[in-house]
Amino acid sequence: MEIKTTKMKGWGFVAAILVLCLATMGSIVLGYTEVRLHHLYEVLFHFEHFKESNTHIIILEARIPRALIAICVGASLAIAGVLMQALTRNPLASPSIFGINAGASLFIVAVVIYIPSISLQGMTWVSFAGAAAASLIVYTIGGLGREGLTPLRLTLAGAAIAALFSSLTQGLLVLNEKALDEVLFWLAGSVQGRGLQYLYPVLPYFIGAWAGSLLISRHINILIMGEDIAQSLGGRIAVIKAIAGILIVGLAGGAVAVAGPIVFIGIVVPHFARAIAGQDHRWVIPYSGVLGAVLLLLADISARFIIMPEEVPVGVMTAIIGTPFFVYLARKGWKES
Amino acid sequence: MSKNKVFRTKNDRFSFMFDQKSIFNIVFMTCVLLVLFLVSASIGESFIHPLQVMKTLFGHGEPGDQLIIETLRMPRLLVALFAGAGLAISGAILQGMIKNPLASPDIIGITGGAGVTVVLFLALFSNDNHSLIVSVQWMPLAAFLGAVALGFIVYFLSYKNGISPIRLILIGIGLSTLTQALTTMFMMLGPIHRAAQANLWLTGSVNGASWTDVQLIAPVIILLFLLTLVSFRKVNAQTLGGELALSIGAHLQRDRILMLILCTGLAGTTVAFAGGIGFVGLMAPHMARRLVGSSYGALIPLSALIGAILVMGADLLGRTAFSPHEVPAGVFTATIGAPYFIYLLYKSKNRS
Repeated sequence: MEIKTTKMKGWGFVAAILVLCLATMGSIVLGYTEVRLHHLYEVLFHFEHFKESNTHIIILEARIPRALIAICVGASLAIAGVLMQALTRNPLASPSIFGINAGASLFIVAVVIYIPSISLQGMTWVSFAGAAAASLIVYTIGGLGREGLTPLRLTLAGAAIAALFSSLTQGLLVLNEKALDEVLFWLAGSVQGRGLQYLYPVLPYFIGAWAGSLLISRHINILIMGEDIAQSLGGRIAVIKAIAGILIVGLAGGAVAVAGPIVFIGIVVPHFARAIAGQDHRWVIPYSGVLGAVLLLLADISARFIIMPEEVPVGVMTAIIGTPFFVYLARKGWKES
Repeated sequence: MSKNKVFRTKNDRFSFMFDQKSIFNIVFMTCVLLVLFLVSASIGESFIHPLQVMKTLFGHGEPGDQLIIETLRMPRLLVALFAGAGLAISGAILQGMIKNPLASPDIIGITGGAGVTVVLFLALFSNDNHSLIVSVQWMPLAAFLGAVALGFIVYFLSYKNGISPIRLILIGIGLSTLTQALTTMFMMLGPIHRAAQANLWLTGSVNGASWTDVQLIAPVIILLFLLTLVSFRKVNAQTLGGELALSIGAHLQRDRILMLILCTGLAGTTVAFAGGIGFVGLMAPHMARRLVGSSYGALIPLSALIGAILVMGADLLGRTAFSPHEVPAGVFTATIGAPYFIYLLYKSKNRS
């Protein structure tokens, strides 16, 4: 189903945006409280007349922020996944499998416990720091030795790091039961009940990182040909890798700061994007962004209906959706080179 | 082969070959375990002199010490001992079975499977007063079923013209992410009080173990340990690899299923009592292999001893290092285990 011509890719992208709009509307309308489309219209264009209505307040205070957060987080995780898969040339690379989400979570939980008064802005930076620490560890491990690790072994190393970080997080929570109550829902990965005030501090970094990813997409195309070829084509590999690394930290760290560790979006979406747009990362990156947003919106919608009237954290939903795909990828196999 | 000692029964019905080095190692580790046991029993919120501990154990101690040691410390130590041993044996079987030194019950998700069913058990059978409506003695069964179910799911999902070890681990990693998500979901279904309990348990801790726990875990682990010892030759055959194993007359698939049951049974039982103590199943067999090579006759008991030492040591550290806070033993085993795992990744790469 790969699209070949540039023109069709453009139209395909427009179609993807349309799907995104539909999913966004679905996310605002569907849920425990009944909302109709005309309510949404009124909120968007005639809000001043309807301040008393419960439905309108729910739309404005809960549903719209939630949808926006899902879009931003989904897009960021998916793009982080694309960059990681290109960088490590490993189809299983993603922020969750490589322990980057776990690193950011550990740092945030530590801060919630020991510096409860920290601002949301500060929290974002803590999350970045955690993501950066985990990425550095995995990256260093990957580069150690004469040839470094094969992609598969890097995956295993990442899983070990993730296990270590999540064990430390659990240990912290055991010592501070009070904090467990606060972070339990967040730790599962959730876009629910988070006002836009959580998104604002991160949004500039998100936008910057999205733009940055688009800007380096040409260089990523060179990078995936292999380091030797990239070198001979005149690519400055170290610089591109470093930039991509910073972008990944910003995207994944920001996503964790807003919504907690949401798994599998970073793995699943890039594969679909590549299936549609081929290997050209100038297309794969925007496609991944849009599809990631759509997937997280859909996961979030379904999370509301599973144990109605209660909600499942969306991270649980993405795990349920993503695991079969992961198993499929692992079964499909590839040469351990 | 003069280093080996052979024992036979009169009619040659049974024969055992012992490697002197293995015997020495096993005796040595047993001594280490005993010393650690005494030290653990004597250190705590109140210090009791090891000699006093010995006296108490033989029934001549002071009533105060008697209470502390017999009701508070002993059950905990024994559960740590059996949990460590169980995890280590489980890891040893798994590593032999899929011929992969990187396998362990927690990495391929068996522990996670047990975690899901235990948390589900706590959530389903709690009433409004936050107390369990069925006996807590059923919890190990829940853990056992979860572990076995996940073990088989991983095994069958990774079956594709045989088992590729690396595929098995990858699928295990994927499924353990799923189990984590499900565990969190079930934790949220129950009351927060249960969530805290479940979280402590998931991290892997022997805190609050009672004699009831010991009575449940000890027979199961000992039984499975004996079963494993009886069938260690089958593990040996498995490590030879598919065709060679077949040609020396092993029932490859049947033995594998048997081993999978033993392995998941051991891991599941352990998880039920001590939670997800990570990386012990990975480290202990490796350390044992360093000492006695890879014949499973000696490897299994030695792994069990080392596993027991690891968990007991981690628990001792957890109780004392940040006193008065208690850090779950699982945190320490993960802190040592994760770097060790990465080190193994390098070593195994260089060899192949």
